Amino acid sequence: MNTRSIASLLLTTALTFAATGVASAQDKTVKIGALSDQSGLYADLGGPGSTLAAQMAIEDSGLAAKGWKIDIISGDHQNKPDIGTAIARQWFDVEKVDIIVDVPNSGVALAVNNVIKEKNGVYINSGAATSDLTNAQCSPNTVHWTYDTYMLAHTTGQALVKAGGDTWFFLTADYAFGAALERDTTAVVTANGGKIVGGVKHPLNTPDFSSFLLQAQASKAKIIGLANAGGDTTNTIKQAAEFGIVKGGQKLAALLLFLTDVKAIGLETAQGLNFTETFYWDMNDQTRAFSKRFAEKMKSNAPPTMVQAGVYAGVRHYFKALEALGGNPHDGAKVVEKMKSMPTEDELFGKGEIQPNGRTIHNAYLFEVKKPSESKGPWDFYKLVGTVPGDQAFTPLSESKCALLKK
Amino acid sequence: MQALYAQLLVGLINGSFYALLSLGLAVIFGMLNIINFAHGALYMMGAFVAYFLLNIGGINYWWALLLAPIVVGIFGMILERTMLQWLTGLDHLYGLLLTFGIALIVQGVFQNYFGSSGMPYAIPDQLKGGMNLGFMFLPVYRGWVVIFSLVVCIATWFLIEKTRLGAYLRAATENPTLVRAFGVNVPRMITLTYGLGVGLAALAGVLSAPINQVRPLMGADLIIVVFAVVVIGGMGSIMGSIITGFALGVIEGMTKYFYPEASNTVVFVLMVLVLLVKPTGLTGRAA
Repeated sequence: MNTRSIASLLLTTALTFAATGVASAQDKTVKIGALSDQSGLYADLGGPGSTLAAQMAIEDSGLAAKGWKIDIISGDHQNKPDIGTAIARQWFDVEKVDIIVDVPNSGVALAVNNVIKEKNGVYINSGAATSDLTNAQCSPNTVHWTYDTYMLAHTTGQALVKAGGDTWFFLTADYAFGAALERDTTAVVTANGGKIVGGVKHPLNTPDFSSFLLQAQASKAKIIGLANAGGDTTNTIKQAAEFGIVKGGQKLAALLLFLTDVKAIGLETAQGLNFTETFYWDMNDQTRAFSKRFAEKMKSNAPPTMVQAGVYAGVRHYFKALEALGGNPHDGAKVVEKMKSMPTEDELFGKGEIQPNGRTIHNAYLFEVKKPSESKGPWDFYKLVGTVPGDQAFTPLSESKCALLKK
Repeated sequence: MQALYAQLLVGLINGSFYALLSLGLAVIFGMLNIINFAHGALYMMGAFVAYFLLNIGGINYWWALLLAPIVVGIFGMILERTMLQWLTGLDHLYGLLLTFGIALIVQGVFQNYFGSSGMPYAIPDQLKGGMNLGFMFLPVYRGWVVIFSLVVCIATWFLIEKTRLGAYLRAATENPTLVRAFGVNVPRMITLTYGLGVGLAALAGVLSAPINQVRPLMGADLIIVVFAVVVIGGMGSIMGSIITGFALGVIEGMTKYFYPEASNTVVFVLMVLVLLVKPTGLTGRAA
């Protein structure tokens, strides 16, 4: 090979590289993976509804008209961390996914968190509860929307202790989520002068709670704290009514309750329960308009849960960051950094911000379940009791153990 | 000690469901030689039929106890006529795969329309409330479940082991050709037997509707445990499955008290132990 041909080869190579460089700065392709429990006990609160929420975020962003090409795929992690991480790896390696959204089930969420960090993707978690996602196990690639165990403990938990519920017995789902929620709530209860008198760890997805409820009853605790979620919570509440627990003077603390859970329990049994959510479809004109559009596309005609609303809001904010960057750099940490630098604002959660540890800060609302006589429609379930500003509801940065904060 | 009594009783309640379901499985396996994996789905259908009867037809719980098993039983007989009957004489594996497929389809269809959280079904007014037994507060409905399922279990056992019809049935499984020679319509009898087994599952579904949510996966969560019960009791043994059903309910209840984390696995641990010591199950005869 003579010098001239080597020179021309080098030139072509350089040009090719330059061309790709230009292309990537203006690359307007995005692929979203909605990873959720699509068929199990958390499928109604996330699941297909979360995929729909992400799709609506794509449509509402109007990016397609600006030349963006956005795809979405969905997967079922079946509440198993090994399946969740296998799907996540395949999505990054084969499907070239940029961002994974939703991921309820704290156990799966934490496992997927590591994969996304390793692959430098973007993670907008809305479905999982564990506050560890933005605390001890925080990652530069993760944004945690909607709610977490710290928030639940400092809203519902705190309100109950202050109302005189100073002895607690926990019914805890035996995995990462239940442990985190029990830990965070215990901290609040003891800090406010309350006492934990006992607790039971039950396996995930337990059909019958009567044994555990009898133990809770025997403990004579004033408050029975339910550190579980979805189908487990609905079964507990329903069966507690059967065993006359509330009539006997003990109070149930549904630390985490979703709209779909209330529907499943029925107002007759659920009435009067106090709990916290960050989104309810019937808050204002904007949430009602969005929820109407959402429900029309759902097979069950259900309005969005707060988890699904969080997926929508999170994806919208992600797109804002991409637009501000002028293209998709396919560099997760960079995009998340941009997301953190911009204040959040959307029609579902209002104004807020993303803290350096990845925690999204927005208002939380204390609700009470309506009496059957007060409900005017099929999904008219909640009465607003109080509003907790985001900075009081979520972990203060001074308490966060996130390594990203030590710079 | 008081707590222990309470846990015993609660265990019996759960045991009633295990007994009813494993009884149906044992009847079907004993007479048709089919491992009916669709049993959980049919149990779920029973609960859903009760829900529909109440919310669409305005038909109450008591009628549902009668009608739901009939409706689901007929569905079962159609399954048997159109699909299962062709599997006679083939390896167990074919029946298992076919019924497993049916279960997945039925569950999928229900899940598509009703989601996974399920719907509430109220306890009938006559069985609301509870009584104080001194050592525990027993909801009347739970007491009803134990008594009613005991009666149904014993009636079924009596029908199969002690009546002429039952004798035909047992004879037909031993030697269908010979029984046919006596003028008995064996295929029809087999279909009715499958209908009976399925009806028992649906009955359990109606019984459980007011306690658990009426939801598409309610059967899937239970069926694996029930299979373990049948294996422990001995495949095809009627009395064995009834007794094992109640006994395992109690053992599981005790585990929930002493070591709750293991309550999901204790039944399977027992199954392994029984299989190691007596592979035909506690009351099973070698085939």
